[in-house]
Amino acid sequence: MSFPLLTATAALPALGAVATAAVPAARRTAAKWLALFVSLATLALGIVVLVRFDPGGDRYQLTESHPWIADFGVRYELGVDGIAVALIALTALLIPFVILAGWHDADPLETGSKRWRPTQGFFALILAVEAMVIISFEATDVFLFYIFFEAMLIPMYFLIGGFGDRAHEHGDEAAATQRSYAAVKFLLYNLVGGLIMLAAVIGLYVVAGNFSLAEIAQARANGTLHMATNTERWLFLGFFFAFAVKAPLWPLHTWLPNAMQESTAPVAVLITAVVDKVGTFAMLRFCLQLFPEASKWATPVILVLALISIIYGALLAVGQRDIKRLVAYASISHFGFIILGIFAMTSQGQSGATLYMVNHGISTAALMLVAGFLISRRGSRLIADYGGVQKVAPVLAGTFLIGSLATLSLPGLAPFVSEFLVLVGTFTRYPAIGIIATFGIVLAALYTLVLYQRTMTGPVKPEVAAMPDLRPRELLVVAPLIVLLIFLGVYPKPVTDIVNPSVKQTLSDVHKKDPKPSVEAAK
Amino acid sequence: MNPVNYLYLSALLFTIGATGVLIRRNAIVVFMCVELMLNACNLAFVTFSRMHGNLDGQVIAFFTMVVAAAEVVVGLAIIVSLFRSRHSASVDDASLMKL
Amino acid sequence: MENLIALLVAAPLLGAVVLLCGGRRLDAVGHWIGTLLSSASFVIGVVLFTDLLGKNAEHRTLMQHLWTWVPVEGFQADVTFRLDQLSMTFVLLITGVGSLIHLYSVGYMEHDERRRRFFGYLNLFLAAMLILVLADNYLLLYVGWEGVGLASYLLIGFWQHKPSAATAAKKAFLVNRVGDMGLSIAIMLMFTTFGTFAFGPVLSHVGDASEGKLTGIALMLLLAACGKSAQVPLQSWLGDAMEGPTPVSALIHAATMVTAGVYLIVRSGAIFNAAPDAQLVVTVVGAVTLLFGAIVGCAKDDIKKALAGSTMSQIGYMVLAAGLGPIGYVFAIMHLVTHGFFKAGLFLGAGSVMHGMNDEVDMRKYGGLRKYMPVTFITFGLGYLAIIGFPGLSGFFSKDKIIEAAFAKGGTEGWILGGAALLGAAITAFYMTRVMLMTFFGEKRWQPDENGHEPHPHESPRTMTIPMIVLAFGSVFAGGIFGIGDRFLHWLEPVTGHEEGNSPVSALTVTLATMVVLVIGVAIAWAQYGRRPVPAVAPRGSLLTRAARRDLLQDDFNHVVLVRGGEHLTRSLVYVDHTLVDGVVNGTAASMGGLSGRLRKLQNGYARSYAVSMFGGAAILVAATLLMRAV
Repeated sequence: MSFPLLTATAALPALGAVATAAVPAARRTAAKWLALFVSLATLALGIVVLVRFDPGGDRYQLTESHPWIADFGVRYELGVDGIAVALIALTALLIPFVILAGWHDADPLETGSKRWRPTQGFFALILAVEAMVIISFEATDVFLFYIFFEAMLIPMYFLIGGFGDRAHEHGDEAAATQRSYAAVKFLLYNLVGGLIMLAAVIGLYVVAGNFSLAEIAQARANGTLHMATNTERWLFLGFFFAFAVKAPLWPLHTWLPNAMQESTAPVAVLITAVVDKVGTFAMLRFCLQLFPEASKWATPVILVLALISIIYGALLAVGQRDIKRLVAYASISHFGFIILGIFAMTSQGQSGATLYMVNHGISTAALMLVAGFLISRRGSRLIADYGGVQKVAPVLAGTFLIGSLATLSLPGLAPFVSEFLVLVGTFTRYPAIGIIATFGIVLAALYTLVLYQRTMTGPVKPEVAAMPDLRPRELLVVAPLIVLLIFLGVYPKPVTDIVNPSVKQTLSDVHKKDPKPSVEAAK
Repeated sequence: MNPVNYLYLSALLFTIGATGVLIRRNAIVVFMCVELMLNACNLAFVTFSRMHGNLDGQVIAFFTMVVAAAEVVVGLAIIVSLFRSRHSASVDDASLMKL
Repeated sequence: MENLIALLVAAPLLGAVVLLCGGRRLDAVGHWIGTLLSSASFVIGVVLFTDLLGKNAEHRTLMQHLWTWVPVEGFQADVTFRLDQLSMTFVLLITGVGSLIHLYSVGYMEHDERRRRFFGYLNLFLAAMLILVLADNYLLLYVGWEGVGLASYLLIGFWQHKPSAATAAKKAFLVNRVGDMGLSIAIMLMFTTFGTFAFGPVLSHVGDASEGKLTGIALMLLLAACGKSAQVPLQSWLGDAMEGPTPVSALIHAATMVTAGVYLIVRSGAIFNAAPDAQLVVTVVGAVTLLFGAIVGCAKDDIKKALAGSTMSQIGYMVLAAGLGPIGYVFAIMHLVTHGFFKAGLFLGAGSVMHGMNDEVDMRKYGGLRKYMPVTFITFGLGYLAIIGFPGLSGFFSKDKIIEAAFAKGGTEGWILGGAALLGAAITAFYMTRVMLMTFFGEKRWQPDENGHEPHPHESPRTMTIPMIVLAFGSVFAGGIFGIGDRFLHWLEPVTGHEEGNSPVSALTVTLATMVVLVIGVAIAWAQYGRRPVPAVAPRGSLLTRAARRDLLQDDFNHVVLVRGGEHLTRSLVYVDHTLVDGVVNGTAASMGGLSGRLRKLQNGYARSYAVSMFGGAAILVAATLLMRAV
């Protein structure tokens, strides 16, 4: 039996979380270093997974399979395809930056607040989320996936509710109330989605008799497992609803702005760049594979919702006064693009969507973390409280600008490639939707540049005059992300090579072929 | 003597105990009434054991005694500490667990 | 030789990276690094040019494949550079004028503490612009296309502490994004039509595609060109872009970037040739813009904005020529190059004037400067003569050809377009003479400013005058070198194709007519600004003048419809999101809360009442069990 690499990749941060939580409060710095070390080790394992994965090989690789709850046919089954590998790598990559960026976010408060802020708890929770997200990407057993899909809500709930912006911490009861409102809202939305999914999971078991993704998908493909049209549609909707809440798709999106606004910047990154990706990933893996016919049936509605998300999210981002809310609505717009790419059912669209998940993770992390550094300096999230930062903190402003440019998908930076692929992939099948979605790129320029202009340019406001520039630790967080944005912008081939075969498989699952060009000029 | 009479007795004792639990306020009395109910059950168990001619009921009766003993230990401790802190053994005074 | 192409881009790109990441250590030498690397790019360009000249016309296309950029099933984008006669022309223009302007900026930006960063941005611009003209497919062109937009954004807003500069930069980027949307839709259409978007396959298979699709592609490309080249209706950003430092206006907003739209149309010539409807739209856009820009240029008192109007108008000429199809492509590019020389020269001259006048831009506060700045006066004057089309100078050769080609379009269209071009020539003569007279002739009109500092006009340092002199040479001779013996035509023809037009009026007639309108334009300007003193405060002016000062009210329209409308839309959407979308969910939650509020009354805290419910429940259970048994 070979070394269980996938289990190790998920178990390491889980054990790390336990160990970090066990560090006594007096030695909180040690807890931070331990968490950072564990996350880096996980990254190393993630890279091993990346290297060991053979894009030309089997669909699911590095598989592990053990019986778990034999009575219900639940198995502990892991396996990764190209899409999962890319997202595991993204998760493992982002967590060290999240930890490093949040280095002081959970320090005990100096002044007389009685609130208990367990530093080690903060880092342990982050690692716990990482472990659960990774195992969600790996699980090929529907029940196993469901458990961790739901379980990650628990640490997220505590991260959102327990650790707000330091800026808003000082004895402000209203802030605490808002934060707990955001955390409860996050929990309730996702729990409702999860419960509906649970019903669908049970329904799937009743119909299929087991939980194994590979077995069911194969049985579906060769016709041995027949589902009545209505059954398939209901089950599809049950799954899709949960993923659409997580993703989040309009009109199920309203928890995201609250959650991102109230949590600290690193946790906001964790929500939008890591946890939400499970939703879009699961659409690709579960909805399309298990319910191909129902997916096609629902496509028109989903495409329209995705389109609404794109335009609506962007327009709302334009109207925001709060930096973090703005980024949240921008993310909603971007998730619209991802879902659009997935359900356009073309290879460009789906490869683009997968690439988009990776790129959006990196670009949002870059923008949000710099925004977090900015907010921690001034102690306010309101755009109107800033102005002229460029003059006093040029490096901070420069990195913020690059993050903004990545968000508006400037060619040469990573998100452009994926956004363009999604647009092209949509356009080849649905020209009208493709054209309307293109308006999103103009709106993206509007909200990012307005944000940059209002915060960074103009006369220096007296409150920001003494603002220090990025510190070495902060630069260490941002610089690698920016390098990665540029690298994947000019050379996305490493990612697309891994992703393409899996996308091809997924497309053949739903029996879709790319539309042919009207003139054969490619050769 | 007809063993069914023991069952009547047991039902009577149980009812007395249950009534006591419901209407008395003193925690000690409530507690004793709970004991009464437990022992009514024990009586029923033993009677059934006798009627059916096997030992299951007697075994269960022993279990019940052990549980009752454990309960006395814990329950009395709670009542005593409650009395110490609130200077009252009334169950109605300890109504903090409401919303 | 092919391998040198990447170096063309790499040199300025390296400069940008080094200068922007280098930190304060490089402040002392940064500007020289930037200038050196841009000159290096120019030298490589010259080497490649001589190499091309040594080859036969058919073999003058060099390709360099660097790496596969986006490989996805059916979608292949490569980073491949293509150097042919068309891109070579641009490379020389960009790196040549670019290097001169780098040199000029060394002096112009001398007192700016962020000079290093300025040079970093300039180098970034050069790299992006070179990618734009060297790309072998539309997607890579898109990279350059938005790259120059970014550089333009950064440079317009270089003095970010001025809110007006930051706003102008944002506006330029946004308007350009609307154009970029056109480019991306065009690429998507190409992909669905041809399955690729590389120049070679697309342009050679145009004949197989339906005209409807080609018209769609062409119109979307035109939208892109309108954004980048400030053509109506996306012209509003160019005037505001003058907030940037003057060398930027010269390089980006006069000589190179704004002409990218013309490049795009000429490069995609095969598509436009097959879509006559789209071509007609192109010519109309060009003709409207050339008049629009000229009229705006007449009314502005800000020297840079007057020149910006002129740029718009001259690019209108180029777009008009490009819309004429094969009879106009070569002349569009020729005018583009000569315009690059004289307009860059004019802007540098304007910068030199501003440098001597404490950054004053209002021409009504100049006057009589020829005595104080002789070099600036002479170089500016030569540029002036070139742009109005004085016989023998650059503009004469290129503009005359465009007017001829417009007439050669034939039919009513030909007369209308040709007439518009002629009228434009007259207005050009008028507003440029006005600029010349207000700046360099007449009495001095400047006053001490509020701090009591009186400007002391002086000639600019050597680093600034040398580029101006070189560009003045170009303004004088480039047209002759290109035009005499049709050298430029023979050079470009293999790429763009060429047809002789069938003009209803002879070339000589056109030239004579051009001369006549030129004299008329100059004469009117002389009568108005040369013979009479120029008032220091602008007179109220006619309705047209007032409208022209406000860019013919186009900005006001944008403001009312797009900005205000957009604000209302987003504000109401924010409200809707909060009340409606969130409200539905919150309402559900609230009703659940109400229900549970009632239910929790049962939880009264009395242990005995809990016991009652327990007994009751047990009793019901027992009763139910017995009942079930009985039944």
